[in-house]
Formats: sequence, structure tokens, C-alpha cells
Amino acid sequence: MPRAERQPDSPSGVQIDDTDRLLLNNLQGDFPVTHRPYADVAGRLGLTEDEVLRRLRRLVETGALSRFGTILNAPQLGGERTLAAMRVPADRFEEVAAFVNGLDAISHNYERAHDFNMWFVISSEDEADIARTIAAIERETGLAVINLPTVEEYFVDLRFRF
Amino acid sequence: MGALSDDERAVLAAIQDGLPLEPEPYRVVGERTGMSEARVMELITSMLAEGKIKRIGAVPDHYALGITANGMSVWDVPDEVAGEVGRRLGAREEITHCYKRPRQPGWPYNIFGMVHARSRDEVVATVERIARELGLAQYPHDVLFSTRLLKKRGTRVRAQP
Repeated sequence: MPRAERQPDSPSGVQIDDTDRLLLNNLQGDFPVTHRPYADVAGRLGLTEDEVLRRLRRLVETGALSRFGTILNAPQLGGERTLAAMRVPADRFEEVAAFVNGLDAISHNYERAHDFNMWFVISSEDEADIARTIAAIERETGLAVINLPTVEEYFVDLRFRF
Repeated sequence: MGALSDDERAVLAAIQDGLPLEPEPYRVVGERTGMSEARVMELITSMLAEGKIKRIGAVPDHYALGITANGMSVWDVPDEVAGEVGRRLGAREEITHCYKRPRQPGWPYNIFGMVHARSRDEVVATVERIARELGLAQYPHDVLFSTRLLKKRGTRVRAQP
């Protein structure tokens, strides 16, 4: 059976200390666009520029941070995205997942504990890709895809307290 | 992605995997893209103001840091109150994403609210607390837990238009 990229429900132990926590809780946005931005945030948090940089590098290396940088706003960049789901028979799940994941336009894919057990985001700079991708999945797998595009967005802000 | 100028695209492509962890990161980006530091800062500032960049900062891997349970709460709410319910649900700090989506054959739910927590029990308790406090317990709802992350890539831009 192909390995999952990562098991969401199994804890993996990246250790962080209080200073890391201070950085994580204060740097999930509003990073200054200035000549010496790390020095600016260091001053605000009572640290040195060097320590902020050393710790951020380590947090990236250990995997506590996916990255230090931008979160882009897909809808503002043009293009389209949608959430879609399928009911995939258990004995075909890996085969179907491999096909779906292999499509460029698929940005996220989750297995979920439900009758609709595969949930994926289709995202492309080219609007026509959405319909093409759904058609390709239905043709290739013989399974129906339900398309659940956003009608209204009330809130999106994936920030965490550590 | 017609909404991006060539210069904006060049800057985003240079930083989308991470801002340089160097004392003068925008100068480094300028060197990589053949622009001045001032031009890079001007482009990033305007893309933040226009909402093309949602934010700049630390992007935690919440799985690695122990926030491992991810529950998609879904609600079947009458259309006439769906907007109000969505706004109230989205205003809860426990909800990280909240959307209205169409119903489909076999899929009756129209409001989606994502809850991240350290355990499934905590997600369920959070959803039930929200249902009680917002008076939503009367509406059919469910929580779909992710059992496996199959693919994840962030929103990316192509280096060339």
C-alpha cells in the first residue's frame, strides 16, 4: 500500500521552547516590509536580530515551519478553485488517489471518514481547467464527482496559538 | 493568472518557497530578480494592500506542532438563514475557514466550517459547544475527520506568465 505523505492524526514530536513559541505566536503575519525586518521584529519581541534569524532557520529545518514567507490569496490572483468530493470504493482507493494526485490542478487531497471519502481542491490559473479536471477524473475512474464551489466565503484565516 | 504584472510574478516566484532568512531579505530578492530593494519592497507592499499576498510571516506546520486533528464541520441550514449562520460561525475563533457551498445529490450540507485541534475529541467538543452557543444544534450537522493527507501544495505562481 502506498505510504501517505503524512499521517494527520499521528503526533510527530517537533520540540519547541518558549522563545520559539513567542516567535510562532507573533510572526504569523504583519512581517514588516522594511530594510531590516528581522531586526525590527527582534526589537519588538526583546530579542536580537541574530537570534530571530537563527531560530527561524532552525524552525524551518526541523519542520516546525513549512516556510517563512508569503501566504498567497488564490482568489485575488485570478484563476479558479473549487472543492470536490467522491465516494471511492475502499478496494480502489489507492488507485484513484494516485490518479487524482497526479493531476496538476489538484492542490490538496484528503481522505475523510465518511461515505464521501475523498475530498480535493482543484485550483488553476486557467478557469477551464476545473471542468476539464472533473471530466477527466469521472472518465478515468468511472466515479461521480460532486463539485462544491464556494458560494460565499465568510472567513479564512489559518492562524494557530502554540 | 492575468491579475499579476510580470514584475509581481517575478517577485512572488522568487519568494513563494520562503523569504531569505538574511538580515536584508528584500535586497536579496532584488539581487535574484534584477530589481532594486526599493522596487521589491514597493511591489510586495502593493500586493499586500491589494490582497494578492494574504500575509507574510511564519507558516507553521500545524501537524508537526501537534495540532493533528482536522475536522470539517458541515451543516444543513435553511437557505434563508445560511448567510447569517455562516457569518456567525466564521466569527468564532475556533473556526479557521468558513464557506457556503451548494448542495449536491447525496450531499445535503451547505455550510462548511473547519476546526483544527490537538485531538478528535477536542474537535467534536468544539463543534458541539459552538452548536449549543449559536443555537445550531437543531440543524443536521456532521464532522468529517481527515484520516490521511494525500496531497498538499500551497497556492503557487508560475515563474513565467
